[in-house]
Amino acid sequence: MSQQELNIQVFGQLAEIIGGSSIIIPFIETTGELKNRLLQTYPALQNNRFVIAVDKKIQSNNATIAPGASLALLPPFSGG
Amino acid sequence: MKTNNQHINNRYQRQIILKGFGQEGQEKLAGARILVIGAGGLGCPALLYLAAAGIGTIGIVDFDLIQESNLHRQVLFNEADLGHLKVSIAAQELRKRNSEINIHEYPIRLEPGNCLSILEKYDFILDGTDNFSTRYMINDACVLLKKPLIMGAISQFEGQVAVLNAVDEKSVNYRDIFPEPPQSGEVLNCAEAGVLGVLPGIIGVQMANEVIKLITGIGSPLVNQLYTYDALTNNSQVFELTKQPAAAELLPATREAFEQTDYEWLCGEKKGIEELDINQFYTLLQLAKLQIIDVREYGETPIPTDFEYIQIPLSELKNRLSEIDSPTVIVFCQSGIRSKKAGELIKNKHSDLVKIYNLSGGMNKWTSFKQEKNAS
Repeated sequence: MSQQELNIQVFGQLAEIIGGSSIIIPFIETTGELKNRLLQTYPALQNNRFVIAVDKKIQSNNATIAPGASLALLPPFSGG
Repeated sequence: MKTNNQHINNRYQRQIILKGFGQEGQEKLAGARILVIGAGGLGCPALLYLAAAGIGTIGIVDFDLIQESNLHRQVLFNEADLGHLKVSIAAQELRKRNSEINIHEYPIRLEPGNCLSILEKYDFILDGTDNFSTRYMINDACVLLKKPLIMGAISQFEGQVAVLNAVDEKSVNYRDIFPEPPQSGEVLNCAEAGVLGVLPGIIGVQMANEVIKLITGIGSPLVNQLYTYDALTNNSQVFELTKQPAAAELLPATREAFEQTDYEWLCGEKKGIEELDINQFYTLLQLAKLQIIDVREYGETPIPTDFEYIQIPLSELKNRLSEIDSPTVIVFCQSGIRSKKAGELIKNKHSDLVKIYNLSGGMNKWTSFKQEKNAS
């Protein structure tokens, strides 16, 4: 993986939609753009709630992504 | 004869001798009151260890009966218990293991109307429930009551644990992570998606560990953090959580607003067109993202100014159904009759997507409601 790419870990049922528990995508500058790109690539994500973490911090607003940042997509779980 | 102190020292000796724990830590556990909501996959292991550790008072809430498909993970129950209330068997099993602690059973369905009066009696709330409507209700109640909430949740092979609302008003709650509940069917539960039996064992014991750390003040509990665990890979991670100001607006601000909130509806767990009374409508205006539709014809009055809405007259609705783009819709007219028809039309077109509410009494009710409010 180069600085021009981002590694995204994918949790829970989101992995079934994305087709794996981790993906590598070309670099993107903000979490807002990332979300748009993911929804374009995986339209089924539209029906799934998730949050984006950048370097282990959950981002609720549009956040900047630094080159080499580690990203994660986390859905809520309901099971008990 | 042993004195009570000697006995306590013996029973809990292996944890009392721990650095930083001591007699003092044990006394803190004995004085603590913990409510475990859900005596299922997460509740059973958490309860076993909390009782064994000597937590002084444990409440258990669950209205369910023990089923055969529970046994692979709900380790307080055995084959002879099928058909019995989970709370009764759980309490009975815990009393056998530790006769010196107080155990309170609540064989009830937790609802906005009874939730606050039960949670108030406890210092820490442990959420091991299996559905979003109860999870959001418990979260909102803990924020209102300022109670620390130990949240655990599982899906298939993965688990999450967080300590929410633990220190002060700056502490995060569940809505700071996921502001609004998913809709029904969006996230599958254990019954639908399956779960590895040991997973809730691991996560439930972690929840118990967080409670014990919070009470005794040892270590670093997962305050404002979300812990994730994957049983297939042993990958575990801790994510930092931050307060999300916009999420605060979704919380009911008062006990009254909380008690009037329909969590099953917010979570899309109710089916069909529901009648909404004027008080519920007023509460929901502040709580959820809604599309409100006036189906009266052009020129009809009064024109409401207290909320945003769009106008699609019933006569045009058939051709304008594509304008409905929210998962939650409230329709209104003058008296609630035409809007009911409109609700049916929308439901037929958007059967899977839309949750539809009809404002009972329509604008007539709203007008008198506003007059009463202004007068009082």
